[in-house]
Amino acid sequence: MTEQQPPVRVTSGHPTSTAAAGTRLDPWLDSYADRTHAMRASEIRALFAVANRPEVVSLAGGMPFLEGLPLDDLAELAARTIATRGLTAMQYGSGQGDETLREQILDVMRLEGIDAHPDDVVVTTGSQQALDLVTRIFVDPGDVVVAEAPSYVGALGVFRAYEAEVVHVPIDADGLVPELLDDTLTALARAGRRVKLLYTVPNFHNPAGVSISLERRPRILEIAARHGVLVLEDNPYGLLGFDREPLPAMRSMSDDGVIYLGSFSKTFAPGYRVGWAVAPHAVREKLVLASESAILCPSNASQLAISTYLQTCDWRGQIKAYREQYRERRDAMVDALAEHLPDASWTVPDGGFYTWVRLPEGLDAKDMLPRAVTARVAYVPGTAFYFDGQGADHMRLSFCFPTPERIREGVRRLAGVVRAERELVELFGTSSGTSRDTMHAPGPDLA
Amino acid sequence: MSVTSPRVAVLAGGLSHERDVSLRSGRRVAEALRGVGVEVTVHDVDADLVPALTQLRPDLVWPLLHGASGEDGSVRDVVRLLGIPMLGTDPRASRVAWSKPISKTVVARAGIATPDFVTFPQTLFHELGAGPVLELLDARLGLPLVVKPSRGGSALGVSLVTTHDYLPRAMVDCFSYSDTALVERAVEGVEVGVSVVDTGDGPIALPAVEIVTDGPYDYDARYNPGRTEYFAPARLSAGLARRAGEVAVAAHRALGLERISRTDLIVDPAGEVWFLEVNSSPGMTETSLLPQAAEAAGHNLGELYRSLVRASLAA
Repeated sequence: MTEQQPPVRVTSGHPTSTAAAGTRLDPWLDSYADRTHAMRASEIRALFAVANRPEVVSLAGGMPFLEGLPLDDLAELAARTIATRGLTAMQYGSGQGDETLREQILDVMRLEGIDAHPDDVVVTTGSQQALDLVTRIFVDPGDVVVAEAPSYVGALGVFRAYEAEVVHVPIDADGLVPELLDDTLTALARAGRRVKLLYTVPNFHNPAGVSISLERRPRILEIAARHGVLVLEDNPYGLLGFDREPLPAMRSMSDDGVIYLGSFSKTFAPGYRVGWAVAPHAVREKLVLASESAILCPSNASQLAISTYLQTCDWRGQIKAYREQYRERRDAMVDALAEHLPDASWTVPDGGFYTWVRLPEGLDAKDMLPRAVTARVAYVPGTAFYFDGQGADHMRLSFCFPTPERIREGVRRLAGVVRAERELVELFGTSSGTSRDTMHAPGPDLA
Repeated sequence: MSVTSPRVAVLAGGLSHERDVSLRSGRRVAEALRGVGVEVTVHDVDADLVPALTQLRPDLVWPLLHGASGEDGSVRDVVRLLGIPMLGTDPRASRVAWSKPISKTVVARAGIATPDFVTFPQTLFHELGAGPVLELLDARLGLPLVVKPSRGGSALGVSLVTTHDYLPRAMVDCFSYSDTALVERAVEGVEVGVSVVDTGDGPIALPAVEIVTDGPYDYDARYNPGRTEYFAPARLSAGLARRAGEVAVAAHRALGLERISRTDLIVDPAGEVWFLEVNSSPGMTETSLLPQAAEAAGHNLGELYRSLVRASLAA
């Protein structure tokens, strides 16, 4: 329900016969920490409860398509691991993570030019947790985190939880724009704001699909260093380029100006919840302490599963298979958009999971979502990916999970929704402005 | 069939905009019933439903669906065709109650006050043009107005319009959820929900629950503890509280509702009780009004629900 000013609620002039105190149904209401005040149930989040139903073509989720995994081999590996190393797998382990795995992680990162030492690696429960821990050790309430415009919804949620303010910097087809970054950081410094982190997803950006060009990477590092800002490089998709070799990671160009976050979720599988951070020595010490206080140690069972997988199976071949699979889906998505939504515009990613679609003039992706749900198609409105309510004119479409046929069907349904919404907006002459309130995280399987 | 230990199939979920609320209602009712020894299975409304019910042959089906197909009677019609007894209002009366304009008309004929209103499908605006019609609304009904989907719940698509400029926006929001808008005069006053239950002796009103929100009583206010303060029983005089109960029971009867309902009312400063809408499948979540009203009346929820089950089976 929306309104311009709070209504006047007049209680009855008659005397009350029952003097029961009111309840807010939560006895702990006054106890919650300040940082939770931004947490709200939104009707958008509830609409996503429908998105998971099979009748709905969900172009909203970020779930990888796992049916190509060699499950029989993995089952055998799992059985063998428990049989031979069960007591290790079941036990607490090192707070920094299994040493063998940390070495293997170096092999994975080498594919993107990173040269590091196993001691620099901290294994975490998903790179999401590494993101949380880095924010925990750096960000005080009121600090600024600079991020791309748009930015990953899961990161925005973390920054909100630590009461940071996120300032967005525009991107284009080549990613974050260095000059605009420089201007933003200069303006913030002039205004006396403390900027702790530059958060970036440099490859096959979630949600925008673009990658930071090779030429811009050292420039961005130089700008960040000059302003005394630490770069947080979040790279789950770097190895999932369709037609080219991976670009060198920013961490490969700077040892102590970058904290790098990596993950097995998209290159292998998310279910194990294994990610990692590579941080400069002193930062890494603090990260380990923070991790230990959060979880004691990452899961040995999961780490051993991933470690034996890397040792025994053709993990590079699996990544190649994923690339083919996602390329086919990207093609289906882009073709369908061209056919059904010619009045919209969209990024054409050359890797990863997402395309970032700009709606025709006057339409609001958030307002349109209930109609889309009725039409049995789901997407994530662009407002989810901004800290400040922007993004209503965009939506993120993911092509990672549905089959190419379902992707085409989903876009077809979406075109019907856009048509109907357009009719409505033209009828009443309203245009999409900034959304009334910011969007909150839709949930883990949609991030 | 066993009246003493019945097997109940709760329906929860479905594909409406209120799926999430329905799932929570279903879960909570199932828990409460199991807590008093009733055997309960919970089913979503999907391709498995008809085969599951056919095979299971429960003694009773309790639909806890909110939103279209659940609340409009269609799923109830399916259960009726399956020949399984159901808790609550029959499909035809459900369909009438689901439409706000029709239910307002029916209760008005029964002498119950309800705010003046118009019902506009989106197509009307295509035919007549939006501008002239919106001007008329302003002139004839006056501000403030409430715009809401003619069929819908949980305050989805509902706007309180206090300035004329906001009216087009409110219409667009409403039409996102439904193809027909109900536009009615906004009444200031104490907002209450009065739940009605019939455990075999006819419909009885539970204590009115008063709702006080900072800001609008929107989706967040309804389902996120903290934004809304509830007074159960409502802070009304004995006379007004009784009157509110009478109106709710009268609405329940006038619309041919059965077993359980919740009527939303406003008691204005002059003591007039205004009918807003009725819900034949009221929410039963942790923040919903019916459970609060039942507890205010001293009922144990599980026992109350079991009585409703038994009454349905005995009927």
